[in-house]
Amino acid sequence: MERCGNAPPDDVPVVLAREGQHGPVIHAANRTARIEGILPGSRVVDMRAICPELQVEYADVAGDHAALDRLVLWARRWCPWTVRDGDDGLILDTTGADHLWGGEAAMLVEMETQLSLLGLTAQLAVAPTWAAAWALARFGPVRSICGPDEAYFKLGPLPVTGLRLDDPTVLLLRRLGLKTIGAVMDVPRLSLTRRFVKAGLQANPLMRLDQMMGKLAEPVSSVDAKPVIRVQARLAEPIFDPTPYLPDLCEDLCAQLKQAGMGCRRLHLTVYKTDGDVSHVDVATSATTRDAAHLHSLFRDKVERINPGFGFDLITLAAGAVEEMQERQNRLDGGSDDDLHLTRLIDRLSAKFGPHAVTRPILRQSHVPERAEAQIAALADQPEEGGVLTKERPLRLLDHPEEVRVLYAVPEGPPAQFVWRRQTHRVARYAGPERIAPEWWKDRPGTRLRDYFKVEDQTGLRLWLYREGLHEDGRGGDPRWFVHGMFA
Amino acid sequence: MGLLRMHKGLAGQGDHPAAMTHTLSEAFPCTPNDAGALGFILSRLPCTTAPILWVQDRLSRKEAGRPALAGMPANRPVIMVDLSRASDVLWAMEDGLRCRALGAVIGEIWGDPPALDFTATKRLAMRAEAADVSCWLIRRAASPDLSAARDRWRIASLPSAPHPHDAQAPGHPRWALDLFRSRRSKPGQWVATYDRASDRVDLSAPVRDRTVDPRDGTVRERAAG
Repeated sequence: MERCGNAPPDDVPVVLAREGQHGPVIHAANRTARIEGILPGSRVVDMRAICPELQVEYADVAGDHAALDRLVLWARRWCPWTVRDGDDGLILDTTGADHLWGGEAAMLVEMETQLSLLGLTAQLAVAPTWAAAWALARFGPVRSICGPDEAYFKLGPLPVTGLRLDDPTVLLLRRLGLKTIGAVMDVPRLSLTRRFVKAGLQANPLMRLDQMMGKLAEPVSSVDAKPVIRVQARLAEPIFDPTPYLPDLCEDLCAQLKQAGMGCRRLHLTVYKTDGDVSHVDVATSATTRDAAHLHSLFRDKVERINPGFGFDLITLAAGAVEEMQERQNRLDGGSDDDLHLTRLIDRLSAKFGPHAVTRPILRQSHVPERAEAQIAALADQPEEGGVLTKERPLRLLDHPEEVRVLYAVPEGPPAQFVWRRQTHRVARYAGPERIAPEWWKDRPGTRLRDYFKVEDQTGLRLWLYREGLHEDGRGGDPRWFVHGMFA
Repeated sequence: MGLLRMHKGLAGQGDHPAAMTHTLSEAFPCTPNDAGALGFILSRLPCTTAPILWVQDRLSRKEAGRPALAGMPANRPVIMVDLSRASDVLWAMEDGLRCRALGAVIGEIWGDPPALDFTATKRLAMRAEAADVSCWLIRRAASPDLSAARDRWRIASLPSAPHPHDAQAPGHPRWALDLFRSRRSKPGQWVATYDRASDRVDLSAPVRDRTVDPRDGTVRERAAG
């Protein structure tokens, strides 16, 4: 729905494709392609056989949804109560609003004009109920208007697909010879009830008919636009440092947030330079907040990264990721909120040193020591798969195991003596080996197994030593020895 | 329980509950790659489920490795902060000490950087006492010069206790503790045996011929210096 600069001409068949189960399928087609016989839902390769000059673009379904959501708010110009209907429709509750536009017919013309100015084609209809408007807009005549008592005549000739039923039910009705909505209406109510007594709304023609005729309620629940929370400071003359204005801006922003009952997780500070350029700094918090002092502290070392150029005369501070937030007090005496302090601490640390510097190690289910620990974000939820270790593990692990030079290696057991970091350690006592085989589903083929020993040298230093591989295991030469960690 | 025993053994805290407040302590491992100091520190942390803020500088991480969660005595959450400069480590520790939700703050600094002077340690100590969060500074390859840390330990690993079932294997770890400066108790030297299963530290006097000090552990004394 977003407009691109180069729209294809109308005489070229263009389709939008999306990923289906067996390759891409057609999501939508333009008029030329539809005339060529291309059906939405069929596979692109099949349709290429029908129409070799077909142009295929990929559909941006999520973008279309977002654009339609924005259009819902844009359509509030005609009536105050609008909502998105499925993937491709809008429902406007124009009750009491049509006379402002000179009647329903004039309102439809006005809507079509305004939407075509946006570059959108629209099929419009006015009807007393949601279901009737849905059917009329898609299958009825252009700009059809249906009064409250003429539903039977206006809707009767429309095909049964206008009942918003799922495909098997439509097929069933067709097989029963019920091809129009009017035909379904003429069937005695008792028969329909008996036939579709267990069917849900999607597969129940009777309930859909009742919705269409207004016997079953289908309310339109409108959505509210998210408030834009933004403050700005206009300056009399260009400055180079926004720091003196930040506390006031944060205060004003937090006052706005408090009034709306919201908190934010992001802040965007933008400065508009005198030479027409824009520079901005973003900060993020790990929990929603509206504490001005805390938000201000997050900018402490960040404002230096703004390139002031020849100075700037407008500063705006906008809140992003706005969420509802309730004030909470978790202690009766009104003391400090400990969790809040922890999240703020992590915010400050992440803001200063970057989010990758602040992590939280968790245990994972793996026997390979490097994989037994994972780093997650400091406040992320811990996945429930912590491994239970029964073996003793060292207190420190080296990031990269360090190779040692071994003297007097014996085929079994640890070496009698080894040199690590230019110091000779004589093994006084040892425990082991603990054999850890490579994880064949993750490791490269040819990875050697490890035999871990806890060794203690003559001075009492306890190390975690391992031998990589075995003699004559056919995976490289002689086994090598590594120090991997230190015990307490 | 190890904690309680340590406090009683070291300072006779029964009479002076005010002196139980957590504060800044420094630990000097005798060799940089000795994890005994770390084991001693972990056994002395308060037994809560509050997270530990663990700040490391780059050289400590490279030379002495990172703390392994699998080897920690109790499975408590750790928030790791990996930094490169000593001044950043001090900043992060000081910021962490503002937060009472933390169980402890542990910092590791390699060598004697100019940022780690008396003022910096004084700030850390005062913040730790204000927030009542215990704070440990592990200083590897460092010289114990002027510092405001309330307790200063020199810790080395000793050959471990005999293993009860296997004569060849190392048993419970043993450490030589040297409290060479302390503001709230009398300095001394001990040999600690750590029992990993029950997370408890047993102290004994070093094997040395010396007279028993009658005031040891009963009267609170201020150490010289």
